[in-house]
Amino acid sequence: MEEIALETHNLTVSYNRKPVLWNVDFKLPKGQIIGIIGPNGSGKTTLLKSIMGLTPLSSGYVEIFGQKLNDVRHRISYVPQRESVDWDFPASVMDVVLMGRYSPKNLFKRIKKVDKDIAAEALEKVNLLEFSNRQISQLSGGQQQRVFIARSLTQNADLFIMDEPFVGVDAATEQAILTLMQEMKSKGKTVIVVHHDLQTAKDYFDWIVLLNTRLVASGPKSEIFNEELLQEAYGGKLNVLSKVGELVKEHDFPIREKKRK
Amino acid sequence: MNDLLDFLSFSDPNVRFVAFGTMLLSAAAAIVGCFAFLRKQALVGDAIAHSILPGVCLAFIISGTKNPIYLLIGATISGWISLLMVNYISNHSKLKSDTSIGIVLSVFFGFGILLLTAIQHSGNASQAGLDKFLFGKAASLTSDDVTIFGSVAIALIFVVFLFYKEFKLISFNSDFARSIGLPVNFLEFVLSSLTVLAIAVGIQAVGVVLMAALLITPATAARFWTHQLWKMILIATILGAFSALLGTYISYLYPSMPTGPWIVVCLSFIALSSIFFAPKNGILPQLKRQQSNRLKIRNENILKLFFHLSEESEDYHQGFDFSTLLESRDFYPQELTKGLAYLKSKNQIRILNNKWHLTKLGLIEAKRIVRLHRLWEMYLNKKLKLAPDHVHNDAEAIEHIITPEVERLLEKELNYPTKDPHQSNIPYTD
Repeated sequence: MEEIALETHNLTVSYNRKPVLWNVDFKLPKGQIIGIIGPNGSGKTTLLKSIMGLTPLSSGYVEIFGQKLNDVRHRISYVPQRESVDWDFPASVMDVVLMGRYSPKNLFKRIKKVDKDIAAEALEKVNLLEFSNRQISQLSGGQQQRVFIARSLTQNADLFIMDEPFVGVDAATEQAILTLMQEMKSKGKTVIVVHHDLQTAKDYFDWIVLLNTRLVASGPKSEIFNEELLQEAYGGKLNVLSKVGELVKEHDFPIREKKRK
Repeated sequence: MNDLLDFLSFSDPNVRFVAFGTMLLSAAAAIVGCFAFLRKQALVGDAIAHSILPGVCLAFIISGTKNPIYLLIGATISGWISLLMVNYISNHSKLKSDTSIGIVLSVFFGFGILLLTAIQHSGNASQAGLDKFLFGKAASLTSDDVTIFGSVAIALIFVVFLFYKEFKLISFNSDFARSIGLPVNFLEFVLSSLTVLAIAVGIQAVGVVLMAALLITPATAARFWTHQLWKMILIATILGAFSALLGTYISYLYPSMPTGPWIVVCLSFIALSSIFFAPKNGILPQLKRQQSNRLKIRNENILKLFFHLSEESEDYHQGFDFSTLLESRDFYPQELTKGLAYLKSKNQIRILNNKWHLTKLGLIEAKRIVRLHRLWEMYLNKKLKLAPDHVHNDAEAIEHIITPEVERLLEKELNYPTKDPHQSNIPYTD
């Protein structure tokens, strides 16, 4: 495989003490559009959050472009689920997009003209420039998603990590996001998208990661889209794995033994 | 009038201290309160305020004085402990945050009252006035108090100004803030410390029981008047400071009136007025909107009635008397009278020999409504696969709200139909 954009090594993550990802281990290639696919509750969002360091890992590690997350943060753009924020927050479209220009380096500093230009350019790319002063509470679902995408564009990242960008959006937004993803790819950037719809996954992505609390498969879509693997991913959780997960939760048991120092 | 001038000239140094002091404390609380409000932590503020009481009492017991610095330190420490406990309980037990807030608030406050009672019965002469922390002691603020609490308040405002951009981001989307590597834990610590400090100084003015009002009410009121964060903070600050001034003025006029509670009464009045009268989001504009919808429906239904009554004869300008109109659709007589008068004033109908006729203008409008009704029925029938006898009631409501833009979309999607699902003609205006 050519250069690696992202590697997870034996990633195990618990949520509310219950393991939701077991030993997820894969490498994703650079410059591709990658879909993370799986049924509801299969740990897709948790996987993204653990990649971004938002959820503590029980075990394993993540490497991005061969480095630790903190060394490459400036090259990564994370697009959270649209529903994860309160859109009634008093802010304009421009305010939110400008947040992509914040960084630990400009703590205390005011936003500059050049940042506003970059934000305006990003808004133009998602066809929202005329909405820059619009209140975010007045946007449709699709427009909200495009605001998030515009914010991410201002970050000039090499790796884009998006959580369910296609949920609840109109056809125009869907098309706009797809076009942007292709554009990113043509510039050699990597796009990782959490997606739950099997029907469209085949058209959207080059590379597929099938997930259902454990890794079912990861590979080019031609290798992944077969009856057997899909059945495995969508045919319910592994019985024994779920049972053991419940046991761990019930007894508040550590998922890894403590190593002697 | 003279009283007001005397007051506003601040010639009395005591008035000056009280007015400036309470204004600063209220402003600081209002600013920090905006973030507490936006982070949905309004109740946490109440818990912290109540939990400060035991800290104040312990600081007094240990130091033996009412030195404001010791009391402030005690207040801050116990406020912080309560905040940590609320978070710990909701993160590490099955209890939800409302319950953990309730537990921490009542346990700390109960303990505080216990200490306060013990101190009062200890015979220590210097304890007099400690009970003022329950409802505030704005009227007896000394210049020392104002210097200390005022400086803390100014420092708070300065820190918010410094971190404004980051506070905005962590209040809106803290996951994103973490993803770009901002020190979110540190920022949250600073913001929480500001909240605890604002409460610790604010209780000087209004006391622990009313403190939550000083923190949250200005933000609540301000939110109704703007959609921009910096404006919201500015408005909240002005409302907080103005209420403080008003409260001080009232107790200046009537010395038996307590300052702190009056500040809270003024704030509450402003907040309630905002909830009622704020443009667009207020309750009153909402009622007005509903009323205007009702009138629109009434007027359009009357026009439609004319169309229906003459559809068979195709003589759309024929006249009908009041009783025919009344019998043909279930209107209240009063409603019909008012509607006819309104439509007449808009030149959509006229009256000749006691009979009502559609004008040209009225006919265009009537056709539009019937057209929208039938287009919508068609849409329900074709796209939502509803049977023809199931579409009428839906269309009765929707016909009034379809805009010309949606109308064009409907026509296009249905390919300019000429008949509705009941085989009635769809009237186009040519």
